[in-house]
Amino acid sequence: MKISKEKFGQAFDALVAEYQIIAPVSDANGIAFKGVKSFSEVKQDYLNSKLPPKAFFFPQHEKLMSYKKEGKDVTVKSELKVENTVLFGIRPCDAKGMQLLDMVFKNDQYTDPYYFERRDKSVIIGVACNKIAPTCFCSSFGLSPAGSEGSDIFLIDLGDSYDVEVITEKGKAVAARFEALSELSADEQALVDKIKDAETSSKVDVSTTTSKLDKMFNNPYWDTLQEKCIGCNVCSFSCPTCHCFDISEEVRKNEGTRVRTWDACMAPLFTLHGSGHNPRDNKKTRWRQRMMHKFNYFVHNNGSMSCVGCGRCIKGCPVNMDIRQVIDGANKAELVVE
Amino acid sequence: MQLNPYIPITMKLVKNLVETEDKLINTFTLEFLNKQDEENFKYMPGQFAELSAYGHGEAPFGIATSPTEPGILKFSVAKVGCVSNALHLMEEGTMVGVRGPMGNYYPIEEFKGKNIVIIGGGFAFTTLRSLAKYMLDPKHRGDYGDITVIYGARNPGLLLYKEELAEWENNPNINLVTTIDRPAEGWNKHVGFIPSITEQIAPSSVNTYAVVCGPPAMIKFTLPVLEKLNFPPERIYTSLEMRMKCGLGICGRCNIGTEYVCKDGPVFSMAQLKELPNEY
Repeated sequence: MKISKEKFGQAFDALVAEYQIIAPVSDANGIAFKGVKSFSEVKQDYLNSKLPPKAFFFPQHEKLMSYKKEGKDVTVKSELKVENTVLFGIRPCDAKGMQLLDMVFKNDQYTDPYYFERRDKSVIIGVACNKIAPTCFCSSFGLSPAGSEGSDIFLIDLGDSYDVEVITEKGKAVAARFEALSELSADEQALVDKIKDAETSSKVDVSTTTSKLDKMFNNPYWDTLQEKCIGCNVCSFSCPTCHCFDISEEVRKNEGTRVRTWDACMAPLFTLHGSGHNPRDNKKTRWRQRMMHKFNYFVHNNGSMSCVGCGRCIKGCPVNMDIRQVIDGANKAELVVE
Repeated sequence: MQLNPYIPITMKLVKNLVETEDKLINTFTLEFLNKQDEENFKYMPGQFAELSAYGHGEAPFGIATSPTEPGILKFSVAKVGCVSNALHLMEEGTMVGVRGPMGNYYPIEEFKGKNIVIIGGGFAFTTLRSLAKYMLDPKHRGDYGDITVIYGARNPGLLLYKEELAEWENNPNINLVTTIDRPAEGWNKHVGFIPSITEQIAPSSVNTYAVVCGPPAMIKFTLPVLEKLNFPPERIYTSLEMRMKCGLGICGRCNIGTEYVCKDGPVFSMAQLKELPNEY
């Protein structure tokens, strides 16, 4: 089924009364996901945002609780107010990335209430990629530029209209406002099929990567791999599946808040013990951790690789590290006796 | 309803005791403020908790008390960083935050019917004390065979829980061996490093489990001794330390390979550790 962009825009604008709406807009830094009030503000022709939309569930800096000390006493307060939110224009890689983050924020023992309060109150409207960047490689992971996984409603841009697929119950509640839906014409159907069949031009073969990495912890491959890395963390901060964080306190006189802030396994202090010992005290061990976590540990723990091929780490790296080449290199590395 | 695992309960610091002669280790006794908090905090020997010194932050510490000691929790903490220092300076009566209990615990069910040898060095004796205390409880003592504790420190002043050690000396339910590195005036017990003392006096490995905690050098030289005494890796347990933040297996920093020390540990058998990368 399709909906004209005019009718879709009307439905979108009507949603503003009930939902906070996040959508791609053009700003000084490129494309960013931001709050909008009308469909006219939304950037429709874009590859993807500079930063992934994960921050709407897992903010870069977030208050966990606050406290007030009076003499020897303390009062602790925690409150989390979350608005119903629609995220529009999420690309398939990022929608899949959220599903991978779900596996992190809920494990066999704990559920992160901050993350899931936001996740449960949000609806994701995914939009297929009509254009594919040279750094995109989602097809490597069995995903596709028109994959609907992780979206509640999935749209394909047909120019004047959208092809609409309603996927979840949450999606249904929003799609109930879509009016004047009609059948696709034969030409439109052909266009939809073409977009659905598209693959990223760059791909890496990850079919044997996990089992290869099982045997590579002590491989000399890691010795030279990281030499040009400057440890800036941009790969982690721009990654839709990276989730490491720090917890610290912001204090003013006798009051304070406990906050969590994005952190990264590429940061030297990340694993530093109180004693001064640091199990990952050099770039080699930190690079190995980053790759092992995404392509080996995460697979063993969750059954999926923790990379969606969005290419942001490739675009953002100031010294041109390319995760695709790192995977290729691991695939080809000679095994040594461990 | 699941409680928010990031929000600490409030407990009262009722005693802040300088534990060692070098004044580097203090033992904090914390009191539960109400029954509900205590009921929600059901723990086992080997588990840890995140202590909050409000205004400074929080850090993870092993629980030194045993669940057989109601009403309180104890932590023996070395002064090494911001949070531990703030705790050391804290006046008795101050409220602190506690999140937990966290992590797994010593396999006390598996230990049933077995002899246990506990080997500890320096201030890594905290959760070992919890374990010994638990097994010595009249309700549990019958579940276990011989209990041997080998505990060493550089000098007598650095031993933790001196009053309790004196009590154990005369307790027929436990065989306590204390040792110091070099002879000291007034010390009439063992002198020598843990590995060699273990070699001399460790009980037979038949039907016996070993639990070892201590500084890395001690562990490194004690493990070969246990191997020589025919302890298989599945019957040697240890507890690991790691930098932690969330304690929930989410924040990403305490992993060794696929395992998060906070959630899947801190207690591991040597057999388990042999399967993991050497990155701790």
